[in-house]
Amino acid sequence: MKYLANVTTIRLITDKCVGCGKCADVCPHGVFVVEGGKAAITDRDKCMECGACATNCEFGAIEVESGVGCAAAIINSIIYGGEPSCDCTGSSGCCG
Amino acid sequence: MQELNIRRYQQPEAAQSCAAKVKPEYVTGTIPTQAGEIPRVSSSWSRADRLGEIKSRVGAFRMRYTVEPGLYAVGEPGRDSDVFASANYKLSFDILRRALSGMNAWILVLDTNGINVWCAAGKGTFSTAEMVKRIASSKLGEVVDHRVIIAPQLGAVGVRARQVEKLSGFKVRFGPVDAADIPGYVRAGHRKTDAMRRVKFTLKDRLVLTPMEINPAMKQYPWFAAAILLVAGLQPTGIIFADALKGLPLLLLGLLAVFTGAFVTPALLPFVPFRSFALKGWLMGMIALIPAANMLDLAGKSLPYQAASYIFFPMASSYIALQFTGSTTFTGMSGVKKELKIGIPVYLASTAIATLLLVASKLIDWRIL
Repeated sequence: MKYLANVTTIRLITDKCVGCGKCADVCPHGVFVVEGGKAAITDRDKCMECGACATNCEFGAIEVESGVGCAAAIINSIIYGGEPSCDCTGSSGCCG
Repeated sequence: MQELNIRRYQQPEAAQSCAAKVKPEYVTGTIPTQAGEIPRVSSSWSRADRLGEIKSRVGAFRMRYTVEPGLYAVGEPGRDSDVFASANYKLSFDILRRALSGMNAWILVLDTNGINVWCAAGKGTFSTAEMVKRIASSKLGEVVDHRVIIAPQLGAVGVRARQVEKLSGFKVRFGPVDAADIPGYVRAGHRKTDAMRRVKFTLKDRLVLTPMEINPAMKQYPWFAAAILLVAGLQPTGIIFADALKGLPLLLLGLLAVFTGAFVTPALLPFVPFRSFALKGWLMGMIALIPAANMLDLAGKSLPYQAASYIFFPMASSYIALQFTGSTTFTGMSGVKKELKIGIPVYLASTAIATLLLVASKLIDWRIL
């Protein structure tokens, strides 16, 4: 299952990549492969912007605006301000 | 919202302090270590555990379903046994200890305010800092000789493995996404297959989430029902109860929209056309509305009444389906923002238009129009 096309903010800065493969290890959607000593993005549209790759890239080679992909959280942030934050009472994919 | 969140966080803590006084039934004894007695937990589920899972899947009970953070033992672990990290949401902990059945291992439960691993990692409670803190407070370094913690892969959102190692000396290895794959992972010499790295979203995964889609939608339903009954009952002479019953078809269509948005769309998710959840929900709402309108003889009503129904109910289904983005394993924030940017004006406009049409249908009933 893939979500909307061409929306993800993920960016791989290949120059900084050393090909350690941490991103491929932590990505739950198989967005990365390591080929020829560098990571590469296979299918951008599979990325759900969870941020696990960027958090665990020691070389700052991945940038992504990560956050909760949750309509209720984003609506709340529009109404009440602040960053979208999942209150985790309504779901368990984000919350399960 | 802020207040609400604070209240929600306080509940699990209150529950924890109570739980600390009585020994939980899943604790079957203790294991002596250099760091003191470590509680040993059963790797099988009792009736209470199974009931707890059901209760936590359907409602607010989940907010109080916690275990005390700290170190636990499964089987007869020793100084070389694996250490698995978990969240202090009891369902997360239960799924892990069940997966460790027949193994000798340690479980390090982090304090995530009773939230599961993935969500807590996103919120920053299943985090580098908490892991470092919990390693220290549980004296893990005195219990085992090795310096490796196996964390659930989805915890990588909040845990910076390198940083944990720098601060605590413990290397974090990200294990399988699904705890059920742990035995296979351990057997393979702590190696993950690509399949173990992927988060799935099966029919069963989706179905267990639907109660928490239906519940919040049904909490709003009384407001909708009250508004419909009020408008339907409104007569030039006042509010007539018998006339209010004319609103019954709309109440049923409202329930249908909840059903298609909160149950049908999530259940059939991969089979419903479009990637947009708003479009998926709208389509399912419209498909269900056509036979329902036939059954409720909507064609016998005034044109504005019919138009209001066809505009509002598929939109309601769409809006409810869009909420499911919060529960899936693959929807990202940028996508949801895009859907809402287009969706919110459309939802507001269609609700306004449907309301005006309903008022127009009243005026026709009163022979004013």
